[in-house]
Amino acid sequence: MRYSDEFRAPDAVAHLAKAIGETVTRSWSIMEVCGGQTHAIMRFGLDQLLPEGVKLLHGPGCPVCVTPAAVLDKAVEIAGEPGVVFCTFADMLPVPATTGTLEEMKASGADVRPVYSPLDAVRIASQEPDREVVFFAVGFETTAPANALAVRLAHDQGLRNFSVLVAQVLVPPALEALLAEPDHLIDGFLAAGHVCTVMGTSAYEPISATRHVPIVATGFEPVDILAGVLAAVRQLEAGEARVENVYERAVAAAGNMSARQLIEQVFTQVDRDWRGLGRIPASGLALRPEFKAFDAEHRFGPVDGHEPAGSQCIAGLVLQGKARPDDCPAFGRECTPQHPLGVTMVSSEGACAAYHLYRKWEGAAV
Amino acid sequence: MCLAVPGRLTDIWGEGLERTGRADFGGVVREVNLAFVPDAVVYDYVIVHVGVAIARLDEAAAARTFETLNAAGITE
Amino acid sequence: MSGDQAGLNCPLSDTDIPRIQMAHGGGGRMMQDLIRDIIMPAFRNPLLEQNHDGAIFPGGEGDLAFTTDGHVVQPLFFPGGDIGTLAINGAVNDLAMCGAEPWQIAVSLILEEGFPINDLRTVIASMAAAAAAVGARVVTGDTKVVERGKGDGLFVTTSGIGRVRTPARPLPEAVQPGDAILLSGDIGRHGIAIMAARAGLSFDRPLESDCAPLWPTVAALIEHGIDLHCLRDLTRGGLTAGLVEIAEAIQLALEVETAAIPVSEPVRNACELFGLDPMHVANEGRFIAYVPANQAQEAVAIMHRFGGARAIGRVSEDQTGAVVLKSPYGSSRRLRLPNGEQLPRIC
Repeated sequence: MRYSDEFRAPDAVAHLAKAIGETVTRSWSIMEVCGGQTHAIMRFGLDQLLPEGVKLLHGPGCPVCVTPAAVLDKAVEIAGEPGVVFCTFADMLPVPATTGTLEEMKASGADVRPVYSPLDAVRIASQEPDREVVFFAVGFETTAPANALAVRLAHDQGLRNFSVLVAQVLVPPALEALLAEPDHLIDGFLAAGHVCTVMGTSAYEPISATRHVPIVATGFEPVDILAGVLAAVRQLEAGEARVENVYERAVAAAGNMSARQLIEQVFTQVDRDWRGLGRIPASGLALRPEFKAFDAEHRFGPVDGHEPAGSQCIAGLVLQGKARPDDCPAFGRECTPQHPLGVTMVSSEGACAAYHLYRKWEGAAV
Repeated sequence: MCLAVPGRLTDIWGEGLERTGRADFGGVVREVNLAFVPDAVVYDYVIVHVGVAIARLDEAAAARTFETLNAAGITE
Repeated sequence: MSGDQAGLNCPLSDTDIPRIQMAHGGGGRMMQDLIRDIIMPAFRNPLLEQNHDGAIFPGGEGDLAFTTDGHVVQPLFFPGGDIGTLAINGAVNDLAMCGAEPWQIAVSLILEEGFPINDLRTVIASMAAAAAAVGARVVTGDTKVVERGKGDGLFVTTSGIGRVRTPARPLPEAVQPGDAILLSGDIGRHGIAIMAARAGLSFDRPLESDCAPLWPTVAALIEHGIDLHCLRDLTRGGLTAGLVEIAEAIQLALEVETAAIPVSEPVRNACELFGLDPMHVANEGRFIAYVPANQAQEAVAIMHRFGGARAIGRVSEDQTGAVVLKSPYGSSRRLRLPNGEQLPRIC
């Protein structure tokens, strides 16, 4: 087994699609939480294989899309400080803050370095002791262990020139917030597989029970995603609502205990602003006081300001699953990846950009 | 969010938070931090996100996925 | 070595200086020595030895093709080639896409102060070998030096003239509905080899850039009488750009089967690792040919002698100018140009 080809096999995909078709008797809207799943759905055209009644809603699981402008402004500001090496995942480079993008800062001479891992930033800090190295610690629970590890290693190595600008967010509070909206359209969730790999599935039990929605921990390959949809519609058709795991090879019920312990040691849960969604209680992570020395907000001043009022962009509705990208009048016209009006068009896993790049071919000129 | 891919461990060294190894991603070899998979050994598959292994892949569970699909008549 | 000034000068010859200095671009003797000792011997031919500002040669009969291309790459030396092979093959391949046999090439070097002379020698040797491999000659050139920090070691611009060997000019407008779309080999090697070299990635079997001259393949197709409606080499923007640009130019839809597109294991897996789509990754030795459907099989067999060629799709009658990718699952989507540079993503 290689854990990729067999999960892309056309016959398995066809059989799953058929099974979904045979299961469904009514209309259901299922939200895939993770932008990586949205990307795979669009890239492989999996939405086209589902029966009429089954609609996929694209969730808020894209750190690029939900990181608030105020945090991005802070990132741009820090990157412009003399002596700073600003390290970031390349994903964040083109995201517009109110004051420009990190990519523009780089072009105008700031030392902005795309890195693959937070550990690369720690390495840069130890190799360049006379520079102030800042890592942009964005991400969901999946990235939290790596970010926590970077801070802990910098601490243990006694690095004085390393800090992180934290914009860590958490999935379960966001799902709660989506379901608390009176006009939400969500019948079930495909939970983000790799978030569950780290945190396990127990945090979803109370949500599934109190809100009566199926929540299925789902992977990222075509077979995984359709297996997730099948599990969700089977529950829905049977009137059930429980937490199910169809990504067993990577998700244990308790998650990864050693990763959770380090996250717990380094971070504490705080309220956070989400771009497009607003403030959600206890939906993010911040460094614990013991690690304050590694907090970029401690060194360079706190993030301030709140989300600017919306433009003609409906990204907030898209992130809540209340609208699909092509419901927006600006989609593909005023708003394209070249000229994005909102963040969901910026990131390649943002729902709007994925739609634009990979949308179904209808035969008509678009 | 969260691109993570399975790779097979070919080499392991270091301890604690600096436990490190080399993982083979189908011919592509990369260094990976193994702090969070203390029980992973050489030849195991681990799931790697931003250079850090976040799980040891459960091969029996992977096989089970297909058994379940087979049993349901979904694949052959 | 330039010891020919009868001992009147510094005993240390200029070209023993291990690094490029500003004076190497100053138009004086150091520049003359650099050109005479390092560049000229590698490219030796009668036109170059005219030692003039340009090369003068008879035009001959038939159509000529003319192209130019600037080359910037980091690292300058990568598995499967260097900036020298890349620069010559860049001109050679652009000419081959015009159905033209590469003939005369001009080379312009922009060197950064401090660039190691030995590296320059290596690059020049690569260029000479790449030109010789297709029977082309470097007949004129230029050298400039920029201050340290104002270049990236070495930039190379090549321009080339070729003699068109196809009976009809292979241009986008010659593409017909029903034409077969042929791809000359597996995609994404160059982009991934470069990215791997930058990211410190290794492969269990070395992954080399696909950097190679396309003329031999095109010559074989012409020789066998394949009616080449259009040719397009795949460079930045990958296969995606090669398809989308043609579709938009001819305003016909192209239907492409994803499963038919060859991608080697290491390229595919490196793309998975970094969240890239191999369709968008750069190549330096692959091309697409648009040929009549009834010649497709023969053309693939000819192309296959030079690499793993495949028929990947057809030109449709649909006048939308879209590239439609068909998945192995029966779904289809429109292929679009990615916005900019392909960067690794974590999400």
